[in-house]
Amino acid sequence: MKRSEFLSLVQLRRQSAMVRPLAALDPYSGPWTDREAGHLLKRLQFGTTAAAVRNAKVQGLAQTLEGLLQVDPMPNPPLNVYSTPQLPDPDVAFGTTFVNAPINAALPLEYYQARIDAFKAWWVGNLLRQKGTIVEKMTLFWHNHFAVEAGVVGYAQASHQYYALLRQNCLGNFKSLTKKITLDPAMLRYLNGYLNSKTAPDENYARELQELFTIGKGPDSAYTEDDVKAAARVLTGYRINPFVVPLSYVFDFTQHDTGNKTFSAFYNNRVITGKPLNQGEQELDELIDMIFSTVEVARHICRKLYRFFVYYEIDDWVEQNVIRPLADLLIQNNFEVRPILITLFGSAHFFEERTLNCVIKSPLDYAVGMCREFSIAFPEPVDDNGLRSQYIAWGGVASLSAYQGLNLGDPPLVAGWQAWYQQPQFHEIWINADSLANKNRMAENITSPNGLEFLGVRFKIDPIVLTRQLSNPYDAAKLVEDAVALLYNYPLSAASYTYFKNNLVTGFPNDSYWGVAWNAFESNPSDPSARSVVETRLNALYREILSQAEYHLC
Amino acid sequence: MKRRKFIQSATAGLVVPTLVGGFSAKAYAESPLLSALLQPGTDTDHVLVVIYLNGGNDGLNTLVPLDQYDHYVRARPTVHLPLAGLLPLNGFGSLAFHPRLGGFQQLFNEGKLTIVQSVGYDKPDFSHFRSTDIWASASDSDEVLGTGWLGRYLDSEYPGFPAGYPNPQNPDPLALQIGSNLPLLFQGPAAQMAMNLSNPDIFGAWPSGIDDPAPNTPYGKELQFIRTINRQSSTYADAVLSAFFKGNNLATYPAGNYLADVMKVIARLIKGGLKTRLYLVSAGGFDTHSDQILDQKDKGMGKHGDLLKMLGDASFAFQRDLEAMKLDDRVMGMTFSEFGRRIRDNASGGNGAGGTDHGAAAPMFLFGKRAASGVIGSNPVIPANVSVNDNLMMQYDFRSVYTSVLQQWLCVRQPALQSILLRDYQLLPLVKDGGCLTNVRELDSGNKGIDLRILTNPMVDRTDVDMVSNGGRALLQLFGPMGSVVKTLYRGSLSAGTHRVSVESEAYPPGNYYLRFQQQSDQVTRHLIIAR
Repeated sequence: MKRSEFLSLVQLRRQSAMVRPLAALDPYSGPWTDREAGHLLKRLQFGTTAAAVRNAKVQGLAQTLEGLLQVDPMPNPPLNVYSTPQLPDPDVAFGTTFVNAPINAALPLEYYQARIDAFKAWWVGNLLRQKGTIVEKMTLFWHNHFAVEAGVVGYAQASHQYYALLRQNCLGNFKSLTKKITLDPAMLRYLNGYLNSKTAPDENYARELQELFTIGKGPDSAYTEDDVKAAARVLTGYRINPFVVPLSYVFDFTQHDTGNKTFSAFYNNRVITGKPLNQGEQELDELIDMIFSTVEVARHICRKLYRFFVYYEIDDWVEQNVIRPLADLLIQNNFEVRPILITLFGSAHFFEERTLNCVIKSPLDYAVGMCREFSIAFPEPVDDNGLRSQYIAWGGVASLSAYQGLNLGDPPLVAGWQAWYQQPQFHEIWINADSLANKNRMAENITSPNGLEFLGVRFKIDPIVLTRQLSNPYDAAKLVEDAVALLYNYPLSAASYTYFKNNLVTGFPNDSYWGVAWNAFESNPSDPSARSVVETRLNALYREILSQAEYHLC
Repeated sequence: MKRRKFIQSATAGLVVPTLVGGFSAKAYAESPLLSALLQPGTDTDHVLVVIYLNGGNDGLNTLVPLDQYDHYVRARPTVHLPLAGLLPLNGFGSLAFHPRLGGFQQLFNEGKLTIVQSVGYDKPDFSHFRSTDIWASASDSDEVLGTGWLGRYLDSEYPGFPAGYPNPQNPDPLALQIGSNLPLLFQGPAAQMAMNLSNPDIFGAWPSGIDDPAPNTPYGKELQFIRTINRQSSTYADAVLSAFFKGNNLATYPAGNYLADVMKVIARLIKGGLKTRLYLVSAGGFDTHSDQILDQKDKGMGKHGDLLKMLGDASFAFQRDLEAMKLDDRVMGMTFSEFGRRIRDNASGGNGAGGTDHGAAAPMFLFGKRAASGVIGSNPVIPANVSVNDNLMMQYDFRSVYTSVLQQWLCVRQPALQSILLRDYQLLPLVKDGGCLTNVRELDSGNKGIDLRILTNPMVDRTDVDMVSNGGRALLQLFGPMGSVVKTLYRGSLSAGTHRVSVESEAYPPGNYYLRFQQQSDQVTRHLIIAR
């Protein structure tokens, strides 16, 4: 599409931005251009690439969505990149995985944290290497929803199992995932479920199960303090078997409260009959059934999905036209998540002008997205040193995101990250003097000659790589326009394009000299001075584009 | 190069818990243009440092009521603290601090620490998130407010913020959250009033650039928001950095103490001339469901002891630093937490360790040269037989503390006081001479002659209750076992003398109840047992 067409389309849409579609969840049937394709890809993944946008445009919405909503296989597990000949890991050789290592008191203390760090770096590595699916974004959604802090759990084996559980079930059944997470060793540890016993009931998990994971605190949520206490009694007796990895729960019926548990009117005064011996485990199924029989569960999770993927403001219109019908659909589908995501992401509402570009990027969208958009090359594990460097670089991106406010694997608390739940600011919480400065500094460093450096490992943008993916790099104006379309997915004024273009043509008498310079480079790419001429100018251009407010939105 | 220096000096001693530095922070903006002319900012240079104890601090093990010690031990078979080792308070024989709160003990004995007993609110909520929001917004339990009490305070002082800020009269951030994240506290009606600061090293080059008009869509709204923060942050960052380099610490702070690391920076910024008057710092980990104590051998050890030591030692060093700087006239600290913990312990943790679940009222602490000396309120009542549901009754609404701090330390007058807190609350004498008021009475531990006598206790159907009044507005409330008001028995004006009312058992289930009689800033509470 020509730029003028793109602009006029946007103008047209903007005028009708306040007219809401009658049936918000009806399939979208409007134009399918780079902008819609980019919108879908950026929301469902972390950043996107020029090639992915082109591909999606050819495939069309339905096929693109079908491809995005698949669960690709688990990546190879995280590895020991931390041990040294002087201080070996007693159970795991360098370069092999620790996820099946036994719980061993002889493990040097610093390696508990080293394994967690390696696991967390690897997790971010999975985001950087994500295939063409929603899986990593959706796993982050569940990580934020069923939040567990790796640092509190303390065992990387358990955190890896937790990640695998969320990832494998990310498009599956919400209700069965809720049961599985209840018995997940990391969660049992994180919310003290493993300490909950008939003589000393611990309400921690029973409370968050209802308040955060299922019922929520929406307007029609009316479970009581007594319900928390009763649920805590149902949940007594679950322990972690510490001797066998993979870790699993065990049900210790001697610690289970076998009395009857009576719930409030919100749950229709349901009584869960106490059961002896191992039958006590059945009470959990009854508890989950009881909770999921309320309409609040579906609405709560739909609101969270909406705030995560669409926008944080849920007004009456959105509640009535998007949340309620989506929740009904989820109940009809027996809590299968994939069908409602197909509906939401293929809906007229998802492609309304007012839905586009309005999400403030999470730190992972920002940091990982930037790396993917520029196809940044990370170290390859060609040898031990390469492997270590790869994890250091992944860990570098993890720490960039952490400094911007999202420490993947270690949410601030059980409610997840504030930007996804705290009224009234929500996503705006990602942006503050501190995180913004960190983001700007990342953009500055990554476009500088030395790049970013972590423990001696450097990586940076190669501006040539992105530029070659654009439709006509010889034409300075076209180059800027294409780059803005990819990085902002929002058209700018002529003055702003000119402002950016000045980065390319500064020092040249007119625009055509850029074409000459690019041509000189392309005809002799190994000539350092020809490369330097274009590289310096492209770095300045991309730094400028990345530093504007527009780049923080998707 | 300058910034490099900053890291070395400021953050060399910083605890880095994981990947992220101990510091991490924020600032916001966007407000309609109100008339900044209407109301010039109040002329005070008082600084308030709010310390948020995140997770729900266990008040009963922070400050042990010795007159209830037998009941306390019975209610907490696992986590109760042994008498030996508790730290006494000068002049208050019925109270003692946790063995590791030596910092607070010393401040108290020097007359620089105020204890407000059993602060909470009616209908306590046991969710961390909801209760934190209630404390931050100063709302009722069943009311949702989208703004914070300090946000509303700053909005009333600086209407129109951030339009026109910073400016020559107000060059510095209005509030700083250092290493904390409690956005609701400083949320004003139209703007976030606080700036967040993590490691000041991060203040780099602030880009300028394109400024295409923002469309009237959610995209346009967020775009403007980001641009505003960007512009504002760069100016404030320079101000903070410059104060940091001008200031220097004069006292030694304990090493390996996260709160001390942060408070050290605050003292240095104040010394460096930063005009910011509100600071928030927070420390997490107070959610002691398990391992509150480590084992039965030394109960001061364990999570809770470590946290209290951090709090006490940091506050003490901070106070000494300000004294050496001769700035202690200007600064006051205040703690708060979303709730206290249940009276009964839960034995969670095994092997002699144990914890406590979410509860209700707990003490608040204020410290500084001008903090009133002594204890406000009476010891919490621990019944002989405590069920797992029983909670401590509140003696003071937390908004009474807020309103008193605003009035006596931040010099807010009516009608602003009421518009910030949305209602009138009981005023407590929290600040000694040198605050904003000249006629606040010195504190003493008594209750100025008011009294409350229950004639039949335990009661079955009814009892008479005598209110002994000093004259003035009075309130008599009946609280239930969970800490909520079940009935207001009297509200109105009372002449000096004795006035009788009756309490009917109505349909109340039997259990531990409390009567609270309040007149002006004085009050008494009595334990009432309803039996069958």
